Amino acid sequence: MSDPASDFALGSLLLALLGGAMRVSTPFLFVSLGECITETAGRINLGLEGILVFGAMSGYGVSYLTGSPWLGILAAGCCGTLFGLLHGVLCSLPKVNDIAVGIALMLFGTGLAFFLGKPLIQPQAPMLPPLNLGGWSDDPQVRSALRINVLLPIGLVLAFVLQWALVSTRAGLVLRLVGDNAAAARALGYPVVPIRIAATAAGGFLAGVGGAFLSLYYPGSWNEGLSSGQGLMAVALVIFARWNPVRCALAALLFGAAGALGPALQSQGITSGYYLFNAAPYVLTLALMAASCTPGRILAGAPGELSLGNR
Amino acid sequence: MSQSNRPFNRRDALRMLGAGGAAAAAQMLPFGIGNVLAAGKLTVGVLYVGPRDDFGYNQAQAQAAAIIKQMPGVKVVEEEKVPETVAVQKSIEAMINQDGASLIFATSFGYFDPHVLKMAAKYPNVRFAHCGGLWTQGKHPANVASYFGYIDECEYLDGMAAAAASKTKKLGFIAAKPIPQVLRNINAFLLGARAVDPKATVRVIFTGDWALPVKEAEAANSLIDQGVDVLTCHVDSPKVVVQIAERRGIYSCGYHASQAALAPKGYLTGAEWDWQTPYTSLVKAAMEGKPMVNFLRGGLKEGFVKPSAFGPAVSAEARAKSTAVKDKMVKGEFVIFKGPLNDNTGKVAIASGVSHAQQDPVLEDMKYLVDGVIGQV
Amino acid sequence: MKSAWQLAAPFAPVSAAIVAAALLFALFLLVQGAAPLQALELVIQGAFGSAFAWQNTLSRAAPIMLTALCVALPARAGLVIIGGEGALALGALAAAMVPVVGAGWPAYPVLALMALAGFAAGGAWMALVAWLRHARGMNETISSLLLAYIGIALFNFLVEGALRDPASLNKPSTPPIGELYAIGPMPGFDVHWGLAWGLVVCALAWLVMRHTVFGFSVGVAGGNPRAAQMAGLPVGMLLIASCFLGGGCAGLAGMLEVAAVHGSANASLLAGYGYAGILVSFASRHHPLGIIAGAILVGGIGASGSLLQRRLDLPDAATLVLQGTLFLALLAFETLNRKGLRRV
Repeated sequence: MSDPASDFALGSLLLALLGGAMRVSTPFLFVSLGECITETAGRINLGLEGILVFGAMSGYGVSYLTGSPWLGILAAGCCGTLFGLLHGVLCSLPKVNDIAVGIALMLFGTGLAFFLGKPLIQPQAPMLPPLNLGGWSDDPQVRSALRINVLLPIGLVLAFVLQWALVSTRAGLVLRLVGDNAAAARALGYPVVPIRIAATAAGGFLAGVGGAFLSLYYPGSWNEGLSSGQGLMAVALVIFARWNPVRCALAALLFGAAGALGPALQSQGITSGYYLFNAAPYVLTLALMAASCTPGRILAGAPGELSLGNR
Repeated sequence: MSQSNRPFNRRDALRMLGAGGAAAAAQMLPFGIGNVLAAGKLTVGVLYVGPRDDFGYNQAQAQAAAIIKQMPGVKVVEEEKVPETVAVQKSIEAMINQDGASLIFATSFGYFDPHVLKMAAKYPNVRFAHCGGLWTQGKHPANVASYFGYIDECEYLDGMAAAAASKTKKLGFIAAKPIPQVLRNINAFLLGARAVDPKATVRVIFTGDWALPVKEAEAANSLIDQGVDVLTCHVDSPKVVVQIAERRGIYSCGYHASQAALAPKGYLTGAEWDWQTPYTSLVKAAMEGKPMVNFLRGGLKEGFVKPSAFGPAVSAEARAKSTAVKDKMVKGEFVIFKGPLNDNTGKVAIASGVSHAQQDPVLEDMKYLVDGVIGQV
Repeated sequence: MKSAWQLAAPFAPVSAAIVAAALLFALFLLVQGAAPLQALELVIQGAFGSAFAWQNTLSRAAPIMLTALCVALPARAGLVIIGGEGALALGALAAAMVPVVGAGWPAYPVLALMALAGFAAGGAWMALVAWLRHARGMNETISSLLLAYIGIALFNFLVEGALRDPASLNKPSTPPIGELYAIGPMPGFDVHWGLAWGLVVCALAWLVMRHTVFGFSVGVAGGNPRAAQMAGLPVGMLLIASCFLGGGCAGLAGMLEVAAVHGSANASLLAGYGYAGILVSFASRHHPLGIIAGAILVGGIGASGSLLQRRLDLPDAATLVLQGTLFLALLAFETLNRKGLRRV
């Protein structure tokens, strides 16, 4: 008779959460940064889920064919850019709704990825190598928690760079102006539509890279159940993070850590109620939003041209 | 708005499910089933709940479908990723009406009730084979058959190989849901491990669904972080679990189909289905017009399940031990579940002197984890 | 002549879109080495080519009509709701519990109570979204998505825990509702009565939203909340009511899945109807009657995908590609529409 409680260790649980954040949050990070750029320019692309899945497939495929996971990442980003361009151009036509196109794009991207990805389920592609930041520790759990993917630090740095660029560079100011007040941007002579298309394409690139992370690092294989809605959730996290790249990064890490709660508790023997533990990331996000929102300021920080409800 | 109250007014229409369905079936039948049979040809429809090449559950079924395709006179039509909704019924009907199928393999467990049962009542001349061992005499129609295997025999052998290879004696099991089939596999795995090393334990993580790669990966990593050094699983596609085990340098045992190619170093052995046995016998019976055998079930002896070939990490001693037990199982001399056996809350699960052979229906109702398994049901 | 042209005009973009999507799909198949013409023929044959094809299509379409309303009704109030799957799950669960409590009661009251329970549970879940927005200022798109995940977790937790029928061994389910309370097929047409319910509810939604004071008020609250407030409209209540009705429709879809298809509540119910509804609602411009057409289209593609797999050995994903292409085309050709898109 093993008593689960005696196995339980808080330190170990916290380490597991840290490890979970390191492992799981990267796709959320990249997709939400991408969506952050797109939404800052005043467009919503809910299709990033489809781009994520297509990125996962194309990244895996190119890595398999060329033997280089880095080429896979690049290919995934390029495919994502193409999908982003498609969304950007379609939504530039008058009377075309960006949310709806995004949802159709989600189906389209997922469908194409599944269709073209059938021959890729069986073969094994070369994976991205991990970065071992935990070499200083003798504790295997610490080492495993700090065995991270190189895309994570890249994504974190990108979040700070984006934050700085949006606030302090001319390009960032223009992007925000286009997203906040298209008429004013037009009056100042900025090409609103091309800027929005470019922003959507850039968002697509990052979402594609986020997808390649899934297939080339973690969990690290191509199959059709790979995403389970992570792209959609990442888009929602942008609203949670109030269109702020650094907060997007925090939200992604928090969400990843909360997602590790269920498996971590279960590996220590607490297996009842696992559905509820597994819902922890959603409950946590909801609770944090409920606590931080203020009535009357529904979308504080939201770009003015965004068609997300009314303000 | 003349229709607005209809659903509430047509009292009888709401309950015509059984009778009305059968009447409609009689009208639908002349779509070429009779002459297909007469010519010694057979069209077989196969439905999968997931993709055919998933390195797991569906692949094991598709491999058997590929084998019956080679039989003379047999035509196979397949449909994958059919959700367990009305889509199952409509796809089955389409196979019957549009392709003239007269034998249907409904391979997902969830297809049986209500979908296969409804279709079997509606098309009494079509044979339905369902994977899962649910058919009951007197309760279910004669044109339905269940096929299933005693895969816990292979799980027991897996457990033996796992405990022999493990250094920490902590084994990990990633499972979808705590249902009897799954619990039986976990328990058999533990009992096999304990047969080799009485100190071995099995830690369980339930993911909550049959195909959740990221959660399965998280579960695998959590278990490895807890010191587990052999992983196995009961989910639809073991691919992710086996790959992560290999990448982190620990051992793994496969499930459903062979995942040996995914883990050349750490793959010990695995529990595989061998569906060609029931598939070919059901197809033969249909072609010869013999009555349907409604309950097909077997283990290693009958060729319904098979272990994967041993990987390089399994020592000669472990191989010999495992093979000895396997030989006993093939002869029908080995009982996995026998008393005294406690569950992991300290209650008696099987009393001393009681022994449940494979066919014992008590085992179909397993609701406990045996002592040595860390986890709650 | 002119009036006929005017009548046909709104359908021109739709026809153009369908032709464009067919061409694109054929091109895609050609590149993949499949037979494009045969495929298109099979699509039409599989979806609408025979009485059986129609039954196949409409059976698949029925639940989507209702889940699409879960997007369309709140959209009238200016809300973007994407969490219908959660309302469907909880509606199904609530409905499945009614026959457990009221075992032995006559069929009609129980069915009515099941519908009410499903509607109320789904409605309450979505009303929570509107309340969070109104009272806490929380964005409804994200909260509805989060609540969908939470609702599904709750559904699974209860179905595999407290509400599980102990006899449902390997397929955890609530106790079976029994033959007495099952909804059967419509006479002479092998589609369950859920289709009629879907059609009727869509029509009712159209009447309520476009032809009543309530619907008008919701529209005003959605179009210009400040003006609505000034005009003395109870904006918060209107938002909550529209979400309640929308969520109720999704809950009703769940109830129908229980009563007409599954016979109990279990995880097989959650097949993505809630998400299909989002697409259908947006593509139909949130028009309740347009939703009927959109749902039939989605159902038809599902039905024809089944035929494509069996005849041409195409992967199941061909269905998704066709659906994605078709809806992208439909939305893109929106731009040719004379009447502008109603502001969501």
